[in-house]
Formats: sequence, structure tokens, C-alpha cells
Amino acid sequence: MLLVVEQFLNGLQFGLLLFLLAAGLTLVFGIMDLVNLAHGSLYMMGAYFAATFAAWTGSFVLGALMALGATLVLGIVLEVTALRHLYGRDHLDHVLATFGLILFFNEAVRLIWGPAGLALPLPAWLTVPVPILPGIHYPAYRLAIIVVALLVALLLYLGVMRTRIGMLIRAGASNREMIGALGINIKLLYTLVFGLGAALAGLAGLMQAPILTVQIGMGENILILAFVIIVIGGIGSIRGAFLAAIFVGMIDTLGRAFLPNLLRQVLSGAAASTAAPALSSMLIYLLMAIVLVVRPEGLFPANRR
Amino acid sequence: MAEPLLRVEKLVRRFGGIIATDNVSLDVASGELHAIIGPNGAGKTTLISQLTGHLAPHSGSVSLAGRDITDLPAYRRCALGLARSFQITSLLLDFTAADNVALAAQAHAGTSFRFFANARKEKGLRDAAHAALDRVGLLHRADVVVSRLSHGERRELELAVALASKPKLLLLDEPMAGLGVTESQRMVKLLQELRKEVSIVLVEHDMPAVFALADRITVLVYGRVIASGDPAAIRANEDVKRAYLGDQHVVTHHG
Amino acid sequence: MKSLSVSKAVTALMLAGLVLLPLYSQLSGNIFILTLFTRIIILALAAASLNLIMGFGGMMSFGHAAYLGIGGYAVGMLAQEGIGSGFIQFPVALAASAIYALVIGALSLRTRGVYFIMITLAFAQMAYYVASGLARYGGDDGLTIYNRSDFSGLINLGNRVQFYYLCLACLFGVIFLIWRIVNSRFGLVVQGLRSNEQRMQAIGFPAKRYQLVCFVISGTMCGLAGALLANNTDFVSPAVMYWTRSGDLMVMVILGGMGTLFGPVMGAVVFLLLEELLSQITEYWALIMGPLLLLIVLFGRGGIMGVLGRAGRG
Repeated sequence: MLLVVEQFLNGLQFGLLLFLLAAGLTLVFGIMDLVNLAHGSLYMMGAYFAATFAAWTGSFVLGALMALGATLVLGIVLEVTALRHLYGRDHLDHVLATFGLILFFNEAVRLIWGPAGLALPLPAWLTVPVPILPGIHYPAYRLAIIVVALLVALLLYLGVMRTRIGMLIRAGASNREMIGALGINIKLLYTLVFGLGAALAGLAGLMQAPILTVQIGMGENILILAFVIIVIGGIGSIRGAFLAAIFVGMIDTLGRAFLPNLLRQVLSGAAASTAAPALSSMLIYLLMAIVLVVRPEGLFPANRR
Repeated sequence: MAEPLLRVEKLVRRFGGIIATDNVSLDVASGELHAIIGPNGAGKTTLISQLTGHLAPHSGSVSLAGRDITDLPAYRRCALGLARSFQITSLLLDFTAADNVALAAQAHAGTSFRFFANARKEKGLRDAAHAALDRVGLLHRADVVVSRLSHGERRELELAVALASKPKLLLLDEPMAGLGVTESQRMVKLLQELRKEVSIVLVEHDMPAVFALADRITVLVYGRVIASGDPAAIRANEDVKRAYLGDQHVVTHHG
Repeated sequence: MKSLSVSKAVTALMLAGLVLLPLYSQLSGNIFILTLFTRIIILALAAASLNLIMGFGGMMSFGHAAYLGIGGYAVGMLAQEGIGSGFIQFPVALAASAIYALVIGALSLRTRGVYFIMITLAFAQMAYYVASGLARYGGDDGLTIYNRSDFSGLINLGNRVQFYYLCLACLFGVIFLIWRIVNSRFGLVVQGLRSNEQRMQAIGFPAKRYQLVCFVISGTMCGLAGALLANNTDFVSPAVMYWTRSGDLMVMVILGGMGTLFGPVMGAVVFLLLEELLSQITEYWALIMGPLLLLIVLFGRGGIMGVLGRAGRG
């Protein structure tokens, strides 16, 4: 029981992190029609910035806030110097150019921080277990991730659905010419949206940093998970990204935790322990395959005109 | 009377709350040139797309030469003898004119799962392509890449492509759209010739052309058939006059 | 006509260089260059196979490295189980790649565009994880192949020069096949689908069937590259199908010239030589390579073949 609740929360927490990453990716794709592989690099940079700033300032929270700002700035710089020139071009061009950026970022990180990973230690007040149900404790930090990510998701939802800028964003997603005709500075809007996406990725990275080590390439595997989420959720849909992210986070976490035991009940011990790791890492891809068969456009596609 | 070549029965297609095709029924006899006209937004292209299988109807049926084709995909209908031209020219832009037509011929000449022999050297396919190009007067442009053809030439090429599949029925979606006066005249002349060989469903805004060409005309307004008959009957029909009243210029001239 | 002759001349020069390379290696005693170019040729073969679906078929697969792994693991796993004959290993490698391509292709082709890129990428990543989970075959650490595929006296893969020429022959054979396919009935249909799928459907072609067959042919060819690569390194590991490797293959195709017969070979030669060169200058070669890629995308339309064509036109 305890384990189930704990893994359930872990799955939720992982899913929410994935959502932060996927939301930025799908926003940028939906609005600028840009496929950004380097999104994972921004996630990595968020983690590296946080580790560095936290070490400088001696404060985890201060470091995290500075890192958030730094990824925002980095995203804006990236958009203005490089990615802006890719709008309106082939998706293949996007893929290759941003693939080049990944190589660049990985190498730059290796040059600056060295090949070994960094650690981002948590302050004491975040490491205590918090009672959530009678007799069940859960690490405060993971709980904090859940709360922060949920808040951000809510803000994102309200921001996109209720505010003027959100309206522009939605208008941009469905009709590029229209916002141009409204006399809105579309260049600035795009830069801001990209910056927002970068900040979301950075936030995911810096929150994940204390749980895993901060290392080169950490953004790449998780980026592919974000792709899976977008395929499952439906491209350009924030709501779809949210639901699919939670779903994928749960399946992946619960699969890894419980599949070996389940398999052991069906197969012999040796066969089960051989198959389990391979199978549990396949789970979400199998899920994606099923979605593709049943609903190729994704489970919650953005409303088409 | 014999079985009609094309029979459309009670076709319905909705988009959200809008009924784009409202219980449309019509017959096209073998050898007939049947025109479908109507004001803008009458649902003509929606209807054509359901005939070709690019859009599924919500109810009703389409049959070709007595065979129900309502649920067949586009490529199967084409194999049964239904060819279409697109309203907005839709060709393989990076292929030559001859290649465009030869591919259509190839679709109807045995399997295309041949991996080794050079298809551009297959005499049968090339001859068929050249014959179809000749038919529309484009033979001298056979080896020109489509992206370098003029708009009028592309329209003619569309026809050649449709012809190359040796169709029983040709669905032409506004073949005159965007053509100049001389080009239009050439197109009318060409259609005069073609109608001797193949049945045609013609969707067109150019009223003089329609009344010059059609054996029968069906008038579509808001997705519904309001009249169907020979050109003289349609000209005299009160409903048609009324439907076009606010849109008079469409009847007399489309520009 | 002149533009054609420039790229043709450069291509001919490159091919002659590839054929004569072992001679140079022998005379100069430079063995390293032979090893390097064996690798280049194998990856050129993989790039050529990717070009078939990407350049001619318009299917942007970001998961082509999976076949390198599948072909390689077929050789490695059979060798591990004591089956050393190349007459078994290679057909199994090709068949396994074909089956994987059939399944992945059938799923991925239900979508298009960016989705297709993401899905092929995701499935290749799945293959990567599965290989990492194969504890019996080395898991993350990979699998050492102690004996190269045995073709019972027909050809000795242990001999550097013989192996080099085998790889070169495979490359030429695959390019010949691609040339025939591209100009065949099938090839015209696939290229027509790249150009305008709706039109091809209207003419009477069921699109997905042709694209799937093309996808399988391409995957099978790349599986051959995988089997050769495993023999070349005497080793296979999940890293061979890591997604950056798929990206490398894409870059080779674009760099050389998409949809041209010899472009991918040119791309592979230039890309891998550049990598080799930069890594000798600085440890941080990717720092230069990354932005270089960006610049190629922004300014180098049509790849090397395109540039040669323009140069010829003056």
C-alpha cells in the first residue's frame, strides 16, 4: 500500500515535469510551427544554471530563481540569433539546425563545467518526509515539485485561455495572418513565446536536478519522452499535453516499479528478470503505438478550424 | 432507360451544424455532359469530393455503373473508371508533363510494384502519355517540368492526366477557373471534343460555357438541388431565377 | 549540361579515390586510413539507404540508426550463440531489419510530417532501450564479437583489404539498386507521392502501400550496413543506435544532397572526414560542428551536389 501510494505520487511528479517540457515544445510548435530539438538542451541548461547559482549564492531557492531567469534570457537570445531565421522553412531544416544546436550545447557544457556531472544538494527543510496520509510519508521536495508544477500548469492554462496575450497566442496558432493584420508585433510575440517555452524547460530541468545528477545529455532522453507525449496528446494542444504527460509519467514509473513483480508471477524468475527491464522501458512506446493505431491524430487534438 | 452511369442518392454531408450537402440525388446517363452549377458556397466542391471519395458522406449512396462505391477509397474509384480534375490545379510540380500523364496511365496498366525496369522507357506508358497530351494539344510541351508550364497549360494537362486513366466518367471541378478569354475558348472546344468519348460531370462558374456544353444541368443552392433539367428548362425555371436574383452577375458573367 | 559535368566529375573522382584507396594505404603503410574509410563506406551505405526514403520518398525518418543496431545485434547475438556463418548471420540481419521496418513503418505512416519525424525517433529510442536491457548480450556495455562473419573461404572478413572491398561492393550494389528503383514504376510512384499525395490517390494509387514497401527496402539496406559495421568494429552496443547517430545519418544525406544518387556518399565522406579532422584539432570539435550544421541548413540548400551544380552553372 505504502509503495503503491509512493510510486503513484512519483508517477504524478514525473508526469508533471514532463508536462512542463512538453508544454513549451507544443506551444512553440503550435504557434511558430517550429520543431525545436534543442528544447532538451534548455532543460539541461536550467539544471546546470541552478547547480551553479545555488553553489554561488548558497541558497537553493535563490539559485533556482536565477536559473529560471537565465534560461529565459538564453531562450530569447537563441531565438533572436538563430531560430528566428528558421520560421517558415522546412521542418527538416528545423530538425537539422536544432540538432546542430544540441551538439553545440553539449560541447559548450563540457567545456565550461567539465565532463563529470554536478550535484545540486537540497536544503535541509526540503529533505524531510512529510506525512500525507496516516502512516505514509513522502519526501517534501517531491511534493514541492508537484505543487509548483501544478501551479505553473494552472497559470499556463489561465494565461492562454483568459488573458489578452493568451488570446493572441491562440489566434497565432490558428491564423498567422490575422495577428499580423491586427497590427501586433508578431516578432516580439514569437520571441516571448519562445522565451516562455525555454523558461518552462529550464524549470523542469532545475527541479529535476536534485533528484538526478546534472549531466551532459540529460535533456535528450527526456525530450524524446516529450515527443511521445505530444504524439499521444495531439500536436499543439496544451490540454492534450497535460493529460498525456500525466499518463506517460504514471505508466513509466508504475511500469518500472511493478512490472518485474507482475512478470515473475507469469514467467519463470530468470526469464522475468531478463525481460522486465527491456519490457518496462518499452511500455510507453507500446502505448504510443496503440494510440497511433486507434487515433493517429492523438487523443486530444487541438481544435481544428 | 438503361442503368445510369452515375447515380447519387440522398447524399448528406454536414460540417458541424452546417449541411453542405442536403439530400442530393442526381443521375448521369452514359454519354451525357451533366453540369452542376450554383452560387458560391452552394456545396459543389463538397459534392464532387464525395463523388471521388476524398470526403465521406454522412448518409446516402453513390453508385457507378450499378456498383455501390459509397465506401470505396479514392484510388479504388479511380480504378473503376472515375477520374477527376482539381479546382485548384494539383499536379506533380517537379515532374515533366509527360511523367504526370504516364503515371496516370501506369495506375491503370498492371501493377506498379515493379522495381527494376526503367518505367520511362516503357513504350506502352509513354505512348499513352503522348496520346493524351496530343489530345489536349500539349504534345510539344511533353518534356517540360510542370512548374514551368503556364496556368492554362496546367489546366489542359489536368485534363490529359484525367484522360490517361481511360475513365468512364470525368469529374471536372471548374476547369475554366482563372483562364483568360482565349484559353477559355480553347477549353470549351476541347470539352466539345472530349464529350464525344467520355461522360462528364462539369462543375463550372462560367455560365456561357455551361449552357453551351451541357446536356443537362443540376442547380445546387445551399447544398440542395433546386432544379434539374436541360439548359432551356433551367433557363426558364423560376426557382433558379430567384436563387440567382441576388447574385445576378454569376448567371451572366463570372469574372 | 555543364552543371551536370562538374558534379559528375567530382563524383567520379571520389569513386575512383575510394576504389584505389587500399593501394595507397598499402604503398604508404597508412593502415589507419583504410580502417577509417571502411567505416566511412559503411555509413555511406546507411546514408544512401536513408536517402531512398528521405530524398526520393519524402519520408523524414529520424530513426534510421535503429537498423544499424538491429543488423549489428543479429550478427553479434548469433556469434555469441555459436553461429558464426555469414550465410546465416547476414540474411538474419536483413530479415530482422525488414520486419522491424515493416512494423514501425506501418505505425509511423499513419501520420505524416513532424509526427513522422517524432515517431520514428521515438521507436528508435525504444530499440535503444531494449538493447540496453539485453543483459545476456552485454546490456549497456555492448557485445564483443570474437569472430567476424565466416563466409567459408569465399571471402575473409578478417583481411582488411578484402573487407574494405566487400563494403565498397555492397555500397555500389545498393546504389545501383536504388538507381534502378528510382527510375522504375515503383520509384516513380514513390516520388510522385512525395510531390503530391492527394493527386496520386486521385490518379489511383494507394499511397501507404507504396510508402511502406519503400520504407522496408530502405530499412533492409541499412540493416546490411549494420551487419557490416558490427564486423568492422568487432563490437556492437546500444550506442550504435543512439538517436544522435540517426541525426548524423540525416546530416550526411542533407550535406551531400538529398534525392541525388551519390550525394549521401559525398555527405558521409565529408562529414566523417570533417569530424576526424576537427577532433584532431580540438577535443571540443562538436563546438564547431554544431554551428556549422546550422549554417549549412541556413545557407547550403541542396547540399554539396547542389553547390557543385551551381558552381558549374557559374
